[in-house]
Amino acid sequence: MPGISREEVAHLAKLARLELKDEELDHFAGQLDDIIGAVAAVSDVADEDVPPTSHPLPLTNVMRPDEVRPSLTPEQALSGAPAQEQQRFKVPQILGEE
Amino acid sequence: MTVTELVSYDEALASYDPVMGLEVHVELGTRTKMFCGCSTALGADANSQVCPTCLGLPGALPVVNKSGVESAIRIGLALHCEIAEWCRFARKNYFYPDMPKNFQTSQYDEPIAFDGYLDVQLEDGEVFRVEIERAHMEEDTGKSTHVGGATGRIHGASHSLLDYNRAGIPLIEIVTKPIVGAGERAPEVAKAYVAELRELIKALGVSEARMEMGQMRCDVNLSLRPKGREAFGTRSETKNVNSLRSVERAARFEIQRHAAVLSSGGSIVQETRHFHEEDGSTTSGRVKEEAEDYRYFPEPDLVPVAPSREWVEELRGTLPELPRVRRNRLREEWGITEHEMQSVLNAGAVDLIVATVDAGAPADQARKWWMGELARRANEDGVELPALSITPEQVARVCALVAEGSLNDKLARQTIEGVLAGEGTPDEVVDKRGLKVVSDEGALGTAVDEAIAGNPDVAEKIRGGKVAAAGALVGAVMKATRGQADAARVKEMIMEKLGVEG
Repeated sequence: MPGISREEVAHLAKLARLELKDEELDHFAGQLDDIIGAVAAVSDVADEDVPPTSHPLPLTNVMRPDEVRPSLTPEQALSGAPAQEQQRFKVPQILGEE
Repeated sequence: MTVTELVSYDEALASYDPVMGLEVHVELGTRTKMFCGCSTALGADANSQVCPTCLGLPGALPVVNKSGVESAIRIGLALHCEIAEWCRFARKNYFYPDMPKNFQTSQYDEPIAFDGYLDVQLEDGEVFRVEIERAHMEEDTGKSTHVGGATGRIHGASHSLLDYNRAGIPLIEIVTKPIVGAGERAPEVAKAYVAELRELIKALGVSEARMEMGQMRCDVNLSLRPKGREAFGTRSETKNVNSLRSVERAARFEIQRHAAVLSSGGSIVQETRHFHEEDGSTTSGRVKEEAEDYRYFPEPDLVPVAPSREWVEELRGTLPELPRVRRNRLREEWGITEHEMQSVLNAGAVDLIVATVDAGAPADQARKWWMGELARRANEDGVELPALSITPEQVARVCALVAEGSLNDKLARQTIEGVLAGEGTPDEVVDKRGLKVVSDEGALGTAVDEAIAGNPDVAEKIRGGKVAAAGALVGAVMKATRGQADAARVKEMIMEKLGVEG
């Protein structure tokens, strides 16, 4: 039986760095459970001869030659960065004190 | 931090059987990144080799690098793997600033290559087969610089700076099956495996595989099980062990640490550990996230890779002779022992000797120069052998000059010294320094006569049958000719003049 529990939603929210309040968890857990249930209906109509699809296009082996193409300039690359230093993206502290 | 208690290695092995798993990441030497056309050249300005795709900007679409796929297939074939007829990329989701997309494009349950093996040879010649689980395609991460903490460490840093030039460079991750049955030789097997894999990668020409530059990195998974038990114990994963020596040390340390924990009734925590070059120890990193926390799912922006069997066979045709097979062939051709071959390999001299032999030198002479005088010089100058400013062709020319009698050993050394000093080719050095062997029989005869006259007691000994004493006269002649005589010819002439059978 497909579905998603409130605990699983809380876990996913943590992994996705989303801060959800208790009432939001209740709310989204119910909604997500409905959505998963609706999508699961596909499994009911798909017989064993229908393989799972991860891509809508009937294409394989789309590749490019190993040839260098122009990159952005560092200025362009950093233009959307909230903070920068020494031509690098500046990010907040990753780990605290040991 | 608590001090890690260890038990001795022998004690650990007396009670436990080590099981290892090795994961090696190889950075491919393609011109461009795995999923975009940004250059992979080293040493570029920070963030000058990035584009919307490798920065993970909205709407950017990746396209696979054909050379990257080709390299992956060739590595798979060289490892005797099967090549998938159809496989997909997958997103490995995690939040960490080194990946601006918040996921790494990798492969999950459909690796391009699987079920292979690599035979590795230990220093005493014993061959150990390491089974390969899989080799899959993925991409490298950006480079972080941690600011404000002690010595650039992430702990205590106030913030970090990211350069994404490396983000998206093709990586092949090669994973072994659990390595069992190596017993006390497990650390040696680990080192030999990584060494052999590195040789293989270099022979394939898909990467320079320089570990000190991070082009090849190894994670060592290790667990112990009580002797006689089938089930594996809990493993630790020591990350980024980046030299051959460190691979061996890390495995050894973990065996001793696990044994200490287990024999005192404790249990091993499944976690990643950091290796410390200074003392060969490991310390705890973060507790390993469960695999499902990465929420792998098929990459919707890339279509499947389905290598045709024709393409796979065509690539199989490009495989070089396997390094171990080649080494054994050369060892037989050169007529040297396993141990001597190992020294040649460790010195990085195999290809140089081959090239010198190809240029016409006898193998023993080529090996003598590269492993003797030239290895000594490289060592003194603190450089690798190939970095010396002398070519295999030039070494071969010196060998030829010795063979034709134009140079003796001492003069040959001086010639090589001149070439290394930038004085020109061997022939130019011989000319400029006036290093030719004195072959003028008249001049040599005079020098021999003088040596005999100057050392009458020695001459008398030789006449009396003490042939060994001739060395002193040869030495005198060599001194008089400033080393430029053919010592063998000098000895002959001394014997003739004294009327003694040589």
